[in-house]
Amino acid sequence: MNAREVGGKVVHRSVIGLFSIFAAFPFAWMLITTFKKTNDLLDPNSFPFGYPKGMTLENLRVLFEETLFLRWMGNTLFVGLIVVLITLLLAVPAGYALARLSGSFGEQLGIGIFLTYLVPPTILFIPLAKVVSLLHLQDTLWSLVLTYPSFTIPFCTWLMMGFFKAIPKDIEEAAMVDGLSRLAAFTKVILPMSVAGILTVVIFTFTLVMQEFVYGLTFINSGRNFTVSVGVPSFLVRGDVYFWGSLMAACFIASVPIAFLYNLFVDRFIAGFTVGAVKG
Amino acid sequence: MRTADDPRALARILIAPALIYIGAVIGVPFLLSLWFSVSDVTVSSAAGHFVGLENFRSALDDPSFRRALGNTFFFAIVSQLIVILLATVLAVALQKDFRGKWIVRLLILLPWVAPVSLGSIGWLWILDSIYSIINYGLYHALGVCGPKPGMTPCPVWLGQPTLAMGSIIAVQVWRTLPLATVINLGGLSSIPQDIHDAASIDGAGFFRTLFQITVPLILPILLVAVLFGFVFAFTDMIVVWVLTRGGPYDMTQVLASLAFFKGIDGGDLAGASAIALFLFPVLAAAAILLLRLARRSEVI
Repeated sequence: MNAREVGGKVVHRSVIGLFSIFAAFPFAWMLITTFKKTNDLLDPNSFPFGYPKGMTLENLRVLFEETLFLRWMGNTLFVGLIVVLITLLLAVPAGYALARLSGSFGEQLGIGIFLTYLVPPTILFIPLAKVVSLLHLQDTLWSLVLTYPSFTIPFCTWLMMGFFKAIPKDIEEAAMVDGLSRLAAFTKVILPMSVAGILTVVIFTFTLVMQEFVYGLTFINSGRNFTVSVGVPSFLVRGDVYFWGSLMAACFIASVPIAFLYNLFVDRFIAGFTVGAVKG
Repeated sequence: MRTADDPRALARILIAPALIYIGAVIGVPFLLSLWFSVSDVTVSSAAGHFVGLENFRSALDDPSFRRALGNTFFFAIVSQLIVILLATVLAVALQKDFRGKWIVRLLILLPWVAPVSLGSIGWLWILDSIYSIINYGLYHALGVCGPKPGMTPCPVWLGQPTLAMGSIIAVQVWRTLPLATVINLGGLSSIPQDIHDAASIDGAGFFRTLFQITVPLILPILLVAVLFGFVFAFTDMIVVWVLTRGGPYDMTQVLASLAFFKGIDGGDLAGASAIALFLFPVLAAAAILLLRLARRSEVI
């Protein structure tokens, strides 16, 4: 190895290292803070990357026993499951129809549906607040169940469309030659083959629900009904009093585990953004 | 032909539920917000009256609106310029095979996958006015600022106007960098190896290959990444809400957060709708650009 190659390697390692630290440091810092004692946290001169005054589980106890954290996690799970169900029921058939049944018009419509993913909650939350109150859904989880599919359906329809396009057409044609109807070929032959695509939709819908903030903040008023992404920043901070230990524990617990799951499916997500529209 | 066999009829039946749902929860509220913006509706009033362009006029007359409009553009443009630069560097670095690549990829994706509001709370702690870990480093490790007499006081990251804007831009870069990076990686991996081989046989070095071959080839995908990042940054209010609530003195207020404070905290649905609608022309332009890209390069 000559000097130039060694130099290249050093530069490469440092670039990778710096970016990894930039990305992951806030989460590492959350984890370290979780186990700190309060008198350690509130001493600006105490060494930050250790536990000079000893470790404690008190912050976790407070989080689980004295806050609504578990309830917020439960709320998120509840909303997530129902939204996943609605999204699957609507996006999977639509994705199939756009991929196979409607020709070039379907392609245009597919792009149109995908573009609605660009319409942000920050344009819609004001009129939706009025709609939600007219439907008497204010301060209930059902307001979120109703509105979250507005961003999960477009994205998942698009994902499924790309997924179905990748399945060879011969498979349905063979099934139809064997006497199945178009519809039966879809439900009995194609759907069972699409478990990976459906699982991807489930994971992405769930992460989108977990991340959503604006609607949750707008429609929900009482602490008991928050989802985790709204409850933690608005309820664990009371006035100027920050419970940093519990706050950081909550942020870590609610964000890192799902990232591992998501990581398994990320290639499909990228494909959704990049080559989903390649002509089939 | 039975419906179950007729592709066109079947297509309508399979697509209709999704289209109706999207129409009901995106189309209807959008039309409603158009009406709100030309009315005087509030949280408590039932219908409201037509007031013409009054809300837009009073928004444009309001200095805090004009500041928010400028901040929104500044925040979105600067953050995405940085993102695109860093994402290209990072994607090129990640394209190489090396040991532990999967864990690096996982770490780099974390900011994108974690709920933004929670990641931002992490930054709130990092940028705290008293307990900031950055200031700890500046004082104890570098000694450039500190609480002792005679020393420059350490920066109050979220309390000084320029620093606060810099901070929310940094956090926005932090959370959108993963998306741009993975989109770029997708583009890089679609370049056939032959092209790289040919370039290296012709004696092109690393930077020459990068700027004359790689970047031009992934340009369409790079543009997709920029457009998405720009739209997300332009319409976002979460980072601002968590870190500064628009302060100090509206210096970090953006359109989305201003609309929120006015409409939801203040109850002025009409005024807030007018403010939020200022986001729309930019979104429409981004959508049209994306459509053009999709036509030209078979890429969205």
